[in-house]
Amino acid sequence: MEVFLQTLVAGILKGGLYSLIGMGMSMIMGVMKIINLAHGQLMMVAMYVTFACFHFLGLDPYLGLFVAMPALFLLGCLIQKYTLNPLMEVESILPENQVLMTVGIGMVLTEIARFIFTSDYKSVQTSYSGATFFIGETSFSVALVIAFFIAVLFTLIMFWFLTKTDIGRSIRATAQDKDAALLMGVDSKRITIITFGLGSALVAAAGTLLLPVYYLFPDIGGPFTRKAFVITILGGLGSTVGAIFGGITLGLAEAFGATYIGMAFDDMIGLIIFILVLLFLPGGFKRLTKI
Amino acid sequence: MLTVNHIDVFYGDLQVLWDVSFEVHEGEILVLIGANGAGKSTTIKTISSLLTPQKGTIELSGIRLDHHPPHDIIQHGIVHVPEGRRLFSEMTVEENLIMGSLYGEAKTKRYETLEYVYGLFPRLKERRKQTAETLSGGEQQMAAIGRGLMSLPKLMMFDEPSLGLAPILVQEIFSMIRRIKEEGVTILLVEQNVTQTLAMCNRAYVLENGRITLGGTGSELMENEKVKEAFLGI
Repeated sequence: MEVFLQTLVAGILKGGLYSLIGMGMSMIMGVMKIINLAHGQLMMVAMYVTFACFHFLGLDPYLGLFVAMPALFLLGCLIQKYTLNPLMEVESILPENQVLMTVGIGMVLTEIARFIFTSDYKSVQTSYSGATFFIGETSFSVALVIAFFIAVLFTLIMFWFLTKTDIGRSIRATAQDKDAALLMGVDSKRITIITFGLGSALVAAAGTLLLPVYYLFPDIGGPFTRKAFVITILGGLGSTVGAIFGGITLGLAEAFGATYIGMAFDDMIGLIIFILVLLFLPGGFKRLTKI
Repeated sequence: MLTVNHIDVFYGDLQVLWDVSFEVHEGEILVLIGANGAGKSTTIKTISSLLTPQKGTIELSGIRLDHHPPHDIIQHGIVHVPEGRRLFSEMTVEENLIMGSLYGEAKTKRYETLEYVYGLFPRLKERRKQTAETLSGGEQQMAAIGRGLMSLPKLMMFDEPSLGLAPILVQEIFSMIRRIKEEGVTILLVEQNVTQTLAMCNRAYVLENGRITLGGTGSELMENEKVKEAFLGI
């Protein structure tokens, strides 16, 4: 029972961060109808930004959020504006070409990181990196609990933004019917740029929050792009609420897999769930939640 | 008010409009009629800048609108109520309406206009928290018209508003369009429902295979032998 509870807690805490990663990808998926295969690499860039702030300026990783998120918002906007939107101009080119472009961007970002920071593993050691507290017999990592609550906070802010502001509503409207949104005066190009920026800022938050309890190397992006993809499919492509369920599911699956089957299998469990969802619930959780 | 001057429009290599010209006068209901594929929808999509004419111009009170990006058009006071309603299906009715009022005066007067639209369509007020996909066809058309009205338009373009609706709802929608005209909004209506639209319009044009072949007042066209034969089945 103790082990079970401990695993449950670990899974949910990790799931909160995965939700943040998935939400960003889901928004981009919804508006642009493409899967962003540089998503994990953007997270890696954010982690290096926070790492550099910590290493050179002594800035606490949580304060690093205020540097990494705006920086990645800007980077995301630039990527959309100067590399992805020009591809949309050419009508004969399939949307798949934008996906290929994101793969290329991911590689470029990884190699730039390797060039600057080398392939060595880096980590950020803070006073709270290893700290834990107990409720009953169950231990909680302080850093992961803080990360979880910040993730919940960002999720709530995103919901407020998407449902209560004109730009947020325009993002949802563009995802649901681009031409109708154009007729209502929504500049869809501007919306794609903002969306990619926001998606990047969200994944930047996740990366920064992971940094105190994780290690960092240039190739860390790939596995997280894969995870983001799994979360997005689990959630039902383009669904923000679905992405949260998808994130928690993946977090739990990995935690239980690692505890009851073996540490080496945690990635595999996630992918098995992915295949099962594709086979038996092809619309993802969106089919169940309808949001 | 709106002048369409000799426009040619293509889908890729396929020409669908040939030298189409007409004028919409302020305060009138102008109808474009024609068979499926005659180019009626294409014409208003071109006015909305969703399509760009290869030749010719479109002017609103002297301002060139062709080659403006599509999201600009609504800010000039032209709103397009598209075929098939095209609501944002996963957004609530109220959110859909709000989407019509993103800019300028429409934005500052948003909640006033919202009350006005709810006054016109009390059904929408009852359902304002429901998502658009849960509405019936008639209610969806009301929401689409309401969303258009939210932009405080000078010119409203309707693409087949009666499509797929029961006859009694068609009556309701048409009388609503007449009422909107009474309140000073100019109407450009594209319809296949020829008898009723000719009866309610000020003027009409007939489109055939991408060309305008006839024009005149509603009653003139109703008397026209060609129109009788082709559309009224008399």
